[in-house]
Amino acid sequence: MSQSSVMPGFRPTIGFTLLYLGLVVLIPLSTLVFKSFELDWNDYVHIITNKRVISSFRVSFSTALVAALIASFFGFIVAWVLVRYSFLGKPFFHALIDFPFALPTAVAGIVLATIFQPSGFLGKLLINTLGVQVAFKPMGIVMALIFISIPFVVRTVEPVLLEFESSMEEAGSSLGATRWQVFTKIIFPNVFPALLTGFALAFARGVGEYGSVIFIAGNIPYISEIVPLLIVTKLEQFDIQGATAIALTMLVISFVMLLLINVLQYWVRKRSGQL
Amino acid sequence: MNAVTQPINPAKLVARQQLALQDPDWVRWTLIAIAIGFISLFICLPLGLVIFQAFSKGVAAYWSALSQDDTIAAINLTLLTALVTVPLNTVFGVTAAWAITRFDFKGKSLLTTLIDLPFSVSPVISGFIFVLLFGAEGWFGEWLIVHDIKIIFAVPGIILATLFITFPFVARQLIPLMQEMGNQEEEAALSLGASGWQTFWAVTIPNIKWALLYGVLLCNARAMGEFGAVSVVSGHIRGLTNTLPLHVEVNYNDYDVVGAFASASILAGLAIVTLILKTALEWKQGNR
Repeated sequence: MSQSSVMPGFRPTIGFTLLYLGLVVLIPLSTLVFKSFELDWNDYVHIITNKRVISSFRVSFSTALVAALIASFFGFIVAWVLVRYSFLGKPFFHALIDFPFALPTAVAGIVLATIFQPSGFLGKLLINTLGVQVAFKPMGIVMALIFISIPFVVRTVEPVLLEFESSMEEAGSSLGATRWQVFTKIIFPNVFPALLTGFALAFARGVGEYGSVIFIAGNIPYISEIVPLLIVTKLEQFDIQGATAIALTMLVISFVMLLLINVLQYWVRKRSGQL
Repeated sequence: MNAVTQPINPAKLVARQQLALQDPDWVRWTLIAIAIGFISLFICLPLGLVIFQAFSKGVAAYWSALSQDDTIAAINLTLLTALVTVPLNTVFGVTAAWAITRFDFKGKSLLTTLIDLPFSVSPVISGFIFVLLFGAEGWFGEWLIVHDIKIIFAVPGIILATLFITFPFVARQLIPLMQEMGNQEEEAALSLGASGWQTFWAVTIPNIKWALLYGVLLCNARAMGEFGAVSVVSGHIRGLTNTLPLHVEVNYNDYDVVGAFASASILAGLAIVTLILKTALEWKQGNR
């Protein structure tokens, strides 16, 4: 406690912080763990290995992965363009990036469903030109998750691109590197950890996302039913045990993923010499 | 190696350097086109559609949808929820930031991680844990039934779930800022005889006010717009436990498209106001 000799209020502030954290977050979250102790192992395995449950996990994780990859690719281009180039209306586009953050997910859900449904503006276009139906398919879930993911990727990559020292580029080019070499050998490796963070945030958010997905997904069991919806369905059937087992599994997977991503990021930073 | 053996025209070298620093025009324009196309498709189009759909049956239909009792009840409940949760989480955010950035103690980084915890929990699970606590089969279920207190499928449940979801917003904005600021200014005030409260109001608050407002703004947007967590604990009782986002869902599932989009456009309006204020605050913070 090096600073506490002068600064007042350590006891009351840390006390309130811990109390409030405990009451609002830790005690409620711990109920999930304690409730799952009431399940015996065989019941748990029986619930989780149900075909419908496994399908929903496959749908949730695969759509979140594809959406995060697409959003990372385009999000990187958007961040690049916003930082490096100037064009008409740039401040406007810059401000719009956060729209998916600000828009309530239920609104995003009905809007995207309206656009992509077979009679909708883009839905009709896609069916007529490419013969692809997006709504009520996993592809629809991907579309909703891309929308949700955009700000995560752009907002994590943007500051790193902005602070990137152009002297490193100058050094590279004066030593004879082409523009493409400067990008692939100097710029991209420096931005990659941030892009990875953005990807991870988008993926984690996508796996748990509910509101923006359920309207466009069609929620067909085995095909386009996501894990959060299955939890809601179990609850509506008063199957608390089933909901607990699925929710706990999902929570544990999310935390393990978060841990792996942190480790991966540490490794990438270390390799690229940022640590 | 070649540079040593063969002389290079310096003018050529400058041109080469320029080329390596600047992207060719065609690359620049292609990337700008991709970026604008992507944003237009995924952001401008949805934004336009909310406004178009809300007014598609004429302004009169829009007003009649908005003047229904259920819609007004939903708006009131949404405002009430934000009015309770935002101040509580703001007080918590400031207190936690003070404790974490002004003192050294064991477990500090663990505490910071725990504060972020609600961000990594699926909204549906965030609602579900309150059902496990206060639902009929929950820990306090029987006690609540005996004492005739309703939390789940009632307003308190909605407020609790929203409190959990919006928990980290203010703290998360303040902690990095106050860490970076350090406490020299506060120490100076204290050594000149100011009391703890005086120091807080006269030194700390003016320094953090824009970041604080920024956090409050984001917290409020989420509190008013939360869907997944609230939907689990609400029970969807029309006129009683439907917040505005839930009201949108109920109308949409009843094929009342105008009603759904009328309510949705209020929330979209909220999102646009939030964006404008957010941009203004970013500008203020940048000029600090």
